[in-house]
Amino acid sequence: MAVNRDDGLLAAQERYARWLAWGTRSGVVLLVLAFILYVTGAVVPYVPIERLPELWHLPAAEYLHRTGIDPGWHGWARLVAHGDMMVLAAIALLIACSIFCLAGVVPLFWRRRERLLALVCLLQIAVLVLAASGLLAR
Amino acid sequence: MSGHAFSAIQAAWWFWPLALFVVCFFLGIVAVPAGVGGGVLFVPIVAGFFPFHLDFVRGAGLLVALSGALAAGPRLFADGLANLRLALPPALIASVSSIAGAMVGLALPAAALQIALGLTILAILAIMASVRNTEYPEVTQSDPLAVALGLHGIYRDVHTGREHAWQAHRTPLGLALFVGIGIVAGMFGLGAGWANVPALNLVMGVPLKVAAGTSAFVISPAAALVYLNQGALLPIVAAPSIAGMMLGSLIGARLLHVVSATVVRRLVLALMLFAGVRTLAKGLGIWP
Repeated sequence: MAVNRDDGLLAAQERYARWLAWGTRSGVVLLVLAFILYVTGAVVPYVPIERLPELWHLPAAEYLHRTGIDPGWHGWARLVAHGDMMVLAAIALLIACSIFCLAGVVPLFWRRRERLLALVCLLQIAVLVLAASGLLAR
Repeated sequence: MSGHAFSAIQAAWWFWPLALFVVCFFLGIVAVPAGVGGGVLFVPIVAGFFPFHLDFVRGAGLLVALSGALAAGPRLFADGLANLRLALPPALIASVSSIAGAMVGLALPAAALQIALGLTILAILAIMASVRNTEYPEVTQSDPLAVALGLHGIYRDVHTGREHAWQAHRTPLGLALFVGIGIVAGMFGLGAGWANVPALNLVMGVPLKVAAGTSAFVISPAAALVYLNQGALLPIVAAPSIAGMMLGSLIGARLLHVVSATVVRRLVLALMLFAGVRTLAKGLGIWP
């Protein structure tokens, strides 16, 4: 096993890894559950599953247009009671778990006066939140 | 099975997601021993042989690459093979540029993108076949940016038991490369391990194993969030891909010490060549 004697870094990595493991496991479990509910029809999808073969060869913008889903997170989030949107919500959670991991290490870097790295983490969080906000959606 | 019956099965909604799961499972098995990310195999193969629009394939490709990194992440930190301090600055740069790449990719016509993807895959193949990474690059002096960011550490080789102190150099050049890496990753939905490792190892002088371990954390979820909000993540495509690739990677990790990495790597390069040519031909309308 490799050794790194930088105690501050090890503490940050240990917290990041722990939160990442927890977030990934939760995200994957939710994804599998949501997908089972979706494909079995236990939770009715917004876009009927039988209709997908006539839609999945279309560009994403055309798919949204034909199904009446708005671009941006509010487009799918307001339909989250449907099976297909539940799967998207689980995917969003899986993607977003690194935001929480980064937020967790900011105080550790800050306390050790590694202000530059803390700033890099905060900027990364800002970029991810901007991407998640849907403000960049057409 | 008669041709008619096979066509009927292909027309059923469940055929393609099931096929996707099986293909991703096998891709996951070969990706780990070959030392490549899943995304770089997934996108050209699925774009070339499945009926889904390239938008949905690229969106799922980013998730496939990300899920592999998420699954391996905690272990890499525990084994000291990843360095968070080293990952953060390139990850920030790659995040911003991957968003730009995703937005450009989603605005381009599919045929042009398909041609560009085919050419990119062939270029990646050439890079992967020709680049020879160095296990312990010699770095005589660190640069001011690397010092300010604390890009140094001690790595102990588990096989030799020897400790290797390392420090990064040429940090501004290395970070500039991640602008391009992020754009390509975001535009085509590819993972970026093929580029992250040479950039960290050959340009910035980071030991190969630390570069390979840290590379997983340079893959940013930012572009995947753009695809999600642009409607380019289709649950029926994304979920079986992630599940297949994760399951296959578990098997692949167990095979790591059993199969010859060189043989698997050659197989993967041949697979990439075939998929790259197919993607290019499809974009050019030669092989629809």
